[in-house]
Amino acid sequence: MSLSRADRQLATLLRGCALLAAAIVLLILLFLVKESWPVLRHVALIRFVSDASWHPVDGLYKLTPMLSATFYSTLGAVLLATPLGVASALFSRYYAPPFLAGCYRRLIELLAGIPSVVYGFWGLITLAPLIGNLHPPGVSLLAGILVLTLMILPTVALTADAALAAVPIAYLRGAAALGLSRWGLISGVALPAARSGIIAGIMLAAGRAIGETMAVLMVAGNVVQQPLGLFDSVRTLTANIALEMAYATGDHRAALFVSGLALMSTVLVLVGTAELLAREPHHD
Amino acid sequence: MTKNTLATGLIWLASILVSGVFFWLLSDILIHGLPHLSWSFLADAPKNAGRSGGIAPIIVSTLLILAVAMVTAAPLSLATAVLLSEFTRYDSVFGRLVRRSLDVLAGVPSIVFGLFGNAFFCIYLDLGFSILSGGLTLACMVLPILIRTAEEGLQATPNDYRLAAAALGMSRSAALVHLLLPTATPALVAGLMLGIGRAVAETAALIFTSGYVDRMPDSLFDSGRALSVHIYDLSMNVAGGDANAYSSALVLILILLIINSIAMSLAKHWLHRSDVTV
Repeated sequence: MSLSRADRQLATLLRGCALLAAAIVLLILLFLVKESWPVLRHVALIRFVSDASWHPVDGLYKLTPMLSATFYSTLGAVLLATPLGVASALFSRYYAPPFLAGCYRRLIELLAGIPSVVYGFWGLITLAPLIGNLHPPGVSLLAGILVLTLMILPTVALTADAALAAVPIAYLRGAAALGLSRWGLISGVALPAARSGIIAGIMLAAGRAIGETMAVLMVAGNVVQQPLGLFDSVRTLTANIALEMAYATGDHRAALFVSGLALMSTVLVLVGTAELLAREPHHD
Repeated sequence: MTKNTLATGLIWLASILVSGVFFWLLSDILIHGLPHLSWSFLADAPKNAGRSGGIAPIIVSTLLILAVAMVTAAPLSLATAVLLSEFTRYDSVFGRLVRRSLDVLAGVPSIVFGLFGNAFFCIYLDLGFSILSGGLTLACMVLPILIRTAEEGLQATPNDYRLAAAALGMSRSAALVHLLLPTATPALVAGLMLGIGRAVAETAALIFTSGYVDRMPDSLFDSGRALSVHIYDLSMNVAGGDANAYSSALVLILILLIINSIAMSLAKHWLHRSDVTV
């Protein structure tokens, strides 16, 4: 079917809009590189690890304390959110009576919609003092992990739920016909069949945890130090940007853009892997 | 058999734990936020760095930032969605390229949007710390959500409509304006609501773009403090600001709940309608 002239004009206009929308991501990359260039040009990448400390005003750019804080808080949150999230999905799909399952799913969706600043605020006012009673100061890696867990749990639960929903009903009927128990059916059939979808969800959740700023900024204490225990105050890469952008100039500012670039690349690798996993045909 | 019982117990336990924490968080904010919530809290200006007074200028700034974001992002995303759904084949190179780039955009952390917004809108385009900068940054951020929901909405319109329109000799543009867009409207609005929800919840991208100033904004070029930034500032930088931070958090959650319910009911309405017409 050939297009009329007006249609062709419209198509051209739309193509322009789509091109603009698609170009934004390139614009972001371009500006991150442009702004971090002053530092990238004369500071070797190894110095972000090998310098003595993080004193960017004096030309010292050691990012390892922030990198390890981000790594440990993400790792902890993923380790906690994965079992809880998958259990949540199993609960609403195989265990809860239909009414309860609907309510529970709605609750998880609401949990996903609560803004990060509210999680951070609640963590700061309620959670951190509780942890502080256990072991001061309270604002700590542990508080960060717990708040992040809450924030990424819905991502894990909702993607696992969708992956479980996509398991062909014939598999489940076959398992039931073999007389498997409910857990036998889940662990032997449903979870293996939904595995790649669930892992993709965990990758996405890890990406969210790495990129999350406000919640960890508010509860993790923001001390630049290598975390030695769960009760240590830490500063993540994102919190570092949020705290120092307000007054950073020159090379200091450029160094913050370098950490932004590093964040973006890490998250993109995770999202890309998740996408590949999700696309992999998992049911024949 | 014991394994089965154990698994059942653990899964119920995990779900009860998750619900428990959810209700803990919600009740905490309700109990502490509700007593301060009043008409004057919504209508007054903040006093004493926000410790007392209300949040009127902050609500105005939030709405202005949202308006800028949506006025920019909505037409752009509708155009992109129409192109992807109606004017390109699903597997065309151009379509794949645009979709891939939007997937990447959806994964960019919000603090990186903040860095970009600061470098591009505030400094490169010389808009300074302003409602305009913040709104445009958020527009970039919500673009992927808006485009994906609009595209899904358009694709869910029955193909019979397109065939019937073509059989009647209608141009594609006419079919779009008179048939496809009206049919997809509830889905488009639901997507818009999701985008607004995401934008209202955002903090990190706004700190270095729309700024901290808590006065009533005179124009879009003024700095304006969003509600989420207000909560952050009160709890982190203002000693004794917790009471008002609680009430602001409650207002933010209520706004989000309302937006979320509208989106849900529209999505339901639209699903129901497409069931009938197919």
